[in-house]
Amino acid sequence: MGIENLLLGFQIAITPFNIFMAVVGITLGTIIGVLPGLGGANGVAILLPLTFTMPPTSAIILLTSLYWGALFGGAITSVLFNIPGEPWSVATTFDGYPLARQGKGGQALTAAFTSSFVGAFFSIVLITLFAPLLAEIALRFGPPEFFAIQLLTFSSFVGLGGGNPLKSVVSILLGFILGAVGLDIVTGQLRMTFGVTDLMKGFDFIVAVIGLFGIGEILLSVEEGLTFRGAATGMNLTVVLQTWKILPRYARTFVRAAFIGFWMGFKPGGATPASFMSYAFAKRFSRHPERFGKGELEGVVAPETAAHAAGVAAMLPMITLGIPGSPTAAVMLGGLIIWGLQPGPLLFTEKPDFVWGLIASMYTGNIIGVLMVLAGVPLFAAILKIPFAILTPLIVVVCAIGAYAVHSSMIDVWYMVIFGVVGYVFKKLDYPLAPLVLALVLGDLAENALRQSLIMSQGSLGVFFTRPIACAITVVALFFLGMPIITPWWRRLRGLPPASGAPAEA
Amino acid sequence: MTRTADLITAAVLFAIGVVVVADSLRLGAGWGTDGPKSGFFPFWLGVLLLVVTAAIAVQAWRRGTGKQFVTRAQLVPVGKVIAPMVVFVLLTGGVKLADVSLVPATGLYVAAALYLAFYMRWVGHHSWLTIVLVAVAIPVVTFVVFEIWFLVPMPKGPLEASLGF
Repeated sequence: MGIENLLLGFQIAITPFNIFMAVVGITLGTIIGVLPGLGGANGVAILLPLTFTMPPTSAIILLTSLYWGALFGGAITSVLFNIPGEPWSVATTFDGYPLARQGKGGQALTAAFTSSFVGAFFSIVLITLFAPLLAEIALRFGPPEFFAIQLLTFSSFVGLGGGNPLKSVVSILLGFILGAVGLDIVTGQLRMTFGVTDLMKGFDFIVAVIGLFGIGEILLSVEEGLTFRGAATGMNLTVVLQTWKILPRYARTFVRAAFIGFWMGFKPGGATPASFMSYAFAKRFSRHPERFGKGELEGVVAPETAAHAAGVAAMLPMITLGIPGSPTAAVMLGGLIIWGLQPGPLLFTEKPDFVWGLIASMYTGNIIGVLMVLAGVPLFAAILKIPFAILTPLIVVVCAIGAYAVHSSMIDVWYMVIFGVVGYVFKKLDYPLAPLVLALVLGDLAENALRQSLIMSQGSLGVFFTRPIACAITVVALFFLGMPIITPWWRRLRGLPPASGAPAEA
Repeated sequence: MTRTADLITAAVLFAIGVVVVADSLRLGAGWGTDGPKSGFFPFWLGVLLLVVTAAIAVQAWRRGTGKQFVTRAQLVPVGKVIAPMVVFVLLTGGVKLADVSLVPATGLYVAAALYLAFYMRWVGHHSWLTIVLVAVAIPVVTFVVFEIWFLVPMPKGPLEASLGF
């Protein structure tokens, strides 16, 4: 049954129009990934209004391809310019940039792209196998189970996200609060509008994403006085083929990194810890750990494989449960709602062509993607030669267009400016932004699940513990929430020094 | 200082929490005839926000470092981005106060051209030829992509109107 569905998916994904969408998406995505201040999440957000009139399957193929492109683009800046475009490419700079400085940029980039492809492919195969099973299980979920999963989603930000757990909680709460502003669709009452007409529509998460990630990121990068000192690409067919000959040596690193990536990735905020963890493992198991950080190819392979496996795995909860694993997946989920699709397990039975078209397009998109970036590196790297005084206003204008296009309203452009400043301040004070966006997207769904659960139980919170599946998920969620308290205590008990903590998720 | 910035942010978020709790109580935060009332969910969000921001403030007060939040050298380029951006948004939509137009609405494309030109000259010190080329080309390309190809209308002003759009 699975194979037939996948074949059906390929028939949809391989139509000329959808292939064209994939190519456009990857090109734009790579450009966005290379540009400072524009990443996967706000690239998808800016493009979302353009997809309103497209068939949903083509639209999602465009947006997912953009995401793959942005992931590839992040590797280019990390290796050649020592600028991680996304937090999960930070570990790639450790060995990628030294390699590029030694004139082995072509080798590092080939390794990075190939690793990305392998990691992504591994996760796609697992998604193909597990997504239908997970959707089947999820079909039996009621409101308490869905609320428990939401709780798990957000508690894993608190428990696993790194950084200050209290600040993660604040980001989540603020997202939910912003999501609650406006009309309460259940009772028809206006909440937190204080008689201001403009507040009645509430805050759109697309505008929030563009402001927080786009404008906020621009402000941060001008503050750092960004200058691009790029290393030469040194990319040609000989280098690619030679690197491909070396890469099989790292087979074990590939497998280990792919597993780490997938395992961490389907939980929210997993890509960044996955890339660091994979790098650390590769270093520990290497015969030459002292070479790491000075230009070891394995140090590029490990984090890139894990980060992409994780990035793709983030799509699994989005298509099966309707719960996104990353800000980019959250924006896509918002897209599904706008295109008139109900995200969640029912998609598999009601819109098989959409789901399987999407899954098949992950295969085609990544194959097209890796070939395109291998061929186009010099072109994409040339983007960073555009003077900063042109790039900055250009990105602001593009962001403003994206924000305005959502509802054709000027107030959204102002919100974008405000979110930009808030994003800048939050980032400087280590408030994570990803949970805020996720909470803003999921606000209504979470609240309805909670309401319905409480109605089922006549107002008792016991409903999350008396149903077996809900209980199991809730207990895990509570464990994650407790982790910031348990971990230091546990380490002290075993006489270990306090952990320095993983870097915070963007 | 980072500690001061942390405390101010916590205070602002605390104030938001107070507003949320107050509004939720107005709507009713308890159990209605057919389930939780409108204010139920926001009420508990607000209460949690109050507790957590208070804890963050205490944490910042005790552990705060003397590290500077932003240095002057950092703030200048950031301000140089924010100020023209605000003017760009003001020009795009225009500002009216009681039917008197304070800032004329030029539409997005003209505002973008002026914004690009200004920033390129002010920050980048580019030559006038480059400035004119870039500041005209970018709005024209975006106009073609959004207005003509994808039919996504942007705010337009007198210039577009005189060209028949």
